[in-house]
Amino acid sequence: MSVDPITARGDLRLTRITKSYGEFTAVNDLSLTIPKGSFFALLGPSGCGKTTTLRMVAGLEEPTVGSIHLGETDITTTRPYQRPINTVFQNYALFPHLTIFENIAFGLRRRGIKDVKERVDKVLTLVELPHLAQRKPTQLSGGQQQRIALARAIVNRPALLLLDEPLGALDLKLRRQMQIELKWIQREVGLTFVHVTHDQEEAMTMADTIAVMNEGKIEQMGTPAALYDDPETAFVANFLGQSNLIKGKIDGADGENLVIDLYGQKIAMPKSRSHAIDTSLYAGIRPEKFRITRTGSQVGGNTLTGGHIEDVSYIGVSTQYVVAMPWGQELMVFEQNDDGVPPFNKGEEVLISWEPNFTFGLRGDEDIEAGMEVNPQELEE
Amino acid sequence: MRASLPKIKTPYLLLFPGFAFLFIFFILPIINLAQTSTQTPIAGGDTGQNEQTFAFSNYINAFIENREQFGRSFVYATLATIFALAIAYPLAYAIAFKSGKFKNILLVLVVAPFFTSFLLRTIAWKQILGEEGFVVPTLRNLNLMGQSTTITSTSVAVVAGMTYNFLPFMTLPLYASLERIDPRTIEASGDLYANAITTFRRVTLPLSLPGVVAGTLLTFIPAAGDYVNAAILGSPNTKMIGNVIESRYFKIVDYPTAAALSFTLMAAILILVTLYIRRAGTEELV
Repeated sequence: MSVDPITARGDLRLTRITKSYGEFTAVNDLSLTIPKGSFFALLGPSGCGKTTTLRMVAGLEEPTVGSIHLGETDITTTRPYQRPINTVFQNYALFPHLTIFENIAFGLRRRGIKDVKERVDKVLTLVELPHLAQRKPTQLSGGQQQRIALARAIVNRPALLLLDEPLGALDLKLRRQMQIELKWIQREVGLTFVHVTHDQEEAMTMADTIAVMNEGKIEQMGTPAALYDDPETAFVANFLGQSNLIKGKIDGADGENLVIDLYGQKIAMPKSRSHAIDTSLYAGIRPEKFRITRTGSQVGGNTLTGGHIEDVSYIGVSTQYVVAMPWGQELMVFEQNDDGVPPFNKGEEVLISWEPNFTFGLRGDEDIEAGMEVNPQELEE
Repeated sequence: MRASLPKIKTPYLLLFPGFAFLFIFFILPIINLAQTSTQTPIAGGDTGQNEQTFAFSNYINAFIENREQFGRSFVYATLATIFALAIAYPLAYAIAFKSGKFKNILLVLVVAPFFTSFLLRTIAWKQILGEEGFVVPTLRNLNLMGQSTTITSTSVAVVAGMTYNFLPFMTLPLYASLERIDPRTIEASGDLYANAITTFRRVTLPLSLPGVVAGTLLTFIPAAGDYVNAAILGSPNTKMIGNVIESRYFKIVDYPTAAALSFTLMAAILILVTLYIRRAGTEELV
C-alpha cells in the first residue's frame, strides 16, 4: 500500500546516510533518530556536513547511500514539495515579489487550503507582526524577515521544521532575543524542530538534544548539560565551551575512582567519566570548575601545586586567570567575584583545586587542539 | 574660495562632453528634422529644395499613404519579439542556472555574432534560406514545403532574420535578471509544496519580469524601425516603414515626407512602450 508521504508523521530516522560529491564525502555513514516533538540541534563547524544533512532531510539533496524515514514512510527519494517538511532558510529566501501575506500564504495556497486568511493572520499574530501583512520583504528589518520566514514555514503545520542557521544574519542582541522566542514558539506549536548551527551557545540555549558533528560524522549526542559536563572527545570538549586538557596516566583505582598521575601529582576522578582506552589519558576540567587559593591553604578534592599567575583579566562578574604550570602548560581559570577576596596578582604562586567529580577523561591519543581552531563567526558556505 | 570653486564645477565638467555630444548630434538634428517635416517643395525649385510652410498635412498624407508599411512594421516587430523571447528565455535560463563552468563560454557565444557585421550576417541568412541553402531542399524533401515555394523574399525570411539579429538583445537582459534570482527562493518554493511548473509560474517568471521587459523593449524598438532585414531578405511586398523612410530620403529625395514618417514612427513606438511598461508594472519589482 502506498501512503501519500505528505501525511507522514512521527520520528525522523536517518539510517546509514552517506553523501559524496566525487571524491569528497560530506556526510559519512550517519545514523540518527530525532523524536517527534523535540527541538534537535545539529552543531558543528563549517564543512562538517550538517547543512548537507539538513538538505537531504528537506529533499534538496539525495543521499548517495542510506535511507530517510518519517514515521513509517520512506521519504529518501520523495521530491521536496511532496514532503511534510518546511525549512527556514539561512538568508530567509522570502519571495521578494510577494507581500508578507502572500509569502506566508504560499504553502497554503499550493495545497489548496481554504481558510488561508484566518491561518495567515493567526501565525502573524504568533510572530507579533500582524501590521506588516501588506509590506514587501525588502521593507522589513532582518529580525522581522527572520520571523516572517519562520511564520511562512510553521503556518503549514509540517511534521518537521528545519532551521538552517536561522539567526546567523542577526546581531548579537537580536539573536539572543530570537533564541528565546524560537524556543517558546516551538513549545507553543508543538512541532519537531531540527536546527542547524555552528554557534554552540545558540544550540545550547534552544535544543533539548544536540548532535555535535565533525567531518561528516556525529561526534557525540546528548542534552546540552550532558555534552558540556562529560564530553567524550577533545573536539566536543573544545567546540562546546573551553576546556583544560592535561596529559596524564591512569595509576590505579580507588573504589569508584581512578587515580591519575598528572606530571607527578596525583588526582582522582570517577571511573564512569573516563573514555580512555588504555592507561594514557587527558584529564579535562572546565575553567569555571577550578578554584584558586594561596599556596599552603587547606582545600579538599583534587589539587595541583606550583602554578604561577600569568595573566589576570577582570571582567566584572568573574575574573579570568591564566595559570602557568611547572610542566609548561597554561591553564584557564574562571573565578566568580562573589566572595570579596581581592584578585590574585600576576606572578603569585597559587594552588589550584577542584571537585574530582567535575573531571572528565579523554583518550590519550586525542588531538587536543581539535575543535579549537574553528572560528565561530565563520558561516557555512 | 579657490578650494571650493572646483568642487562645485566638477560634476558639470564631467557632464559637459556628454551633453555637448548629445546636443550637437541628437537635439539639433531632431529640431532640424521637425522643421523639415512641415516643409513643402519650392515651386519650380530643384529636387530637395523645400520651404517652411507649416504643412502639418504632411503627417496625415504620409501616414495614409504608408499605413500598410506601418502596420507591417509593428506586426513583424511583434512577431520577432515573441520568437526571440521564446528562444532566448530557455537559453538564458540554462546559462544562468544549469551551465556551471561553461557559463562564461556560453555568454561569449551569445555575443559572438557581434564580431561580424550585422549586414554580412543578414546576407548570410539570404544564402541559408535561399535555393542553395540546406533549409529549403530539406523541407522540400520532407514534403513540408511545396516544390515551387520559396522562403527568401517572404515575410517568413524577414521575421526570421529579425529574430536572429535581435536575439542577443533579448538574451542578455534576461540572463542578467535570471542570474540575480537567489536560488534559495526557488528551493523555498519547492519546500512550500510547489512543483516545478508552479515554481516557474509563481516565482521564477515573476522575478525575471524586469529582464523580460528590458529584453522585449531592446528587441521591439530597433525591430520596428529596422529596414535591413526587409531590404535583404524580403521583397516589395514585405516593405517596412524603415524601407519607406530610407527610399524617401535617398532615392526620391522627399525630405518632408521622410521626416514626418520618422516622427510618426517615434511617436507610435513611444506610446506603445509607455503603455507596455505601465501594463507590466516593473517599477514594483525594482
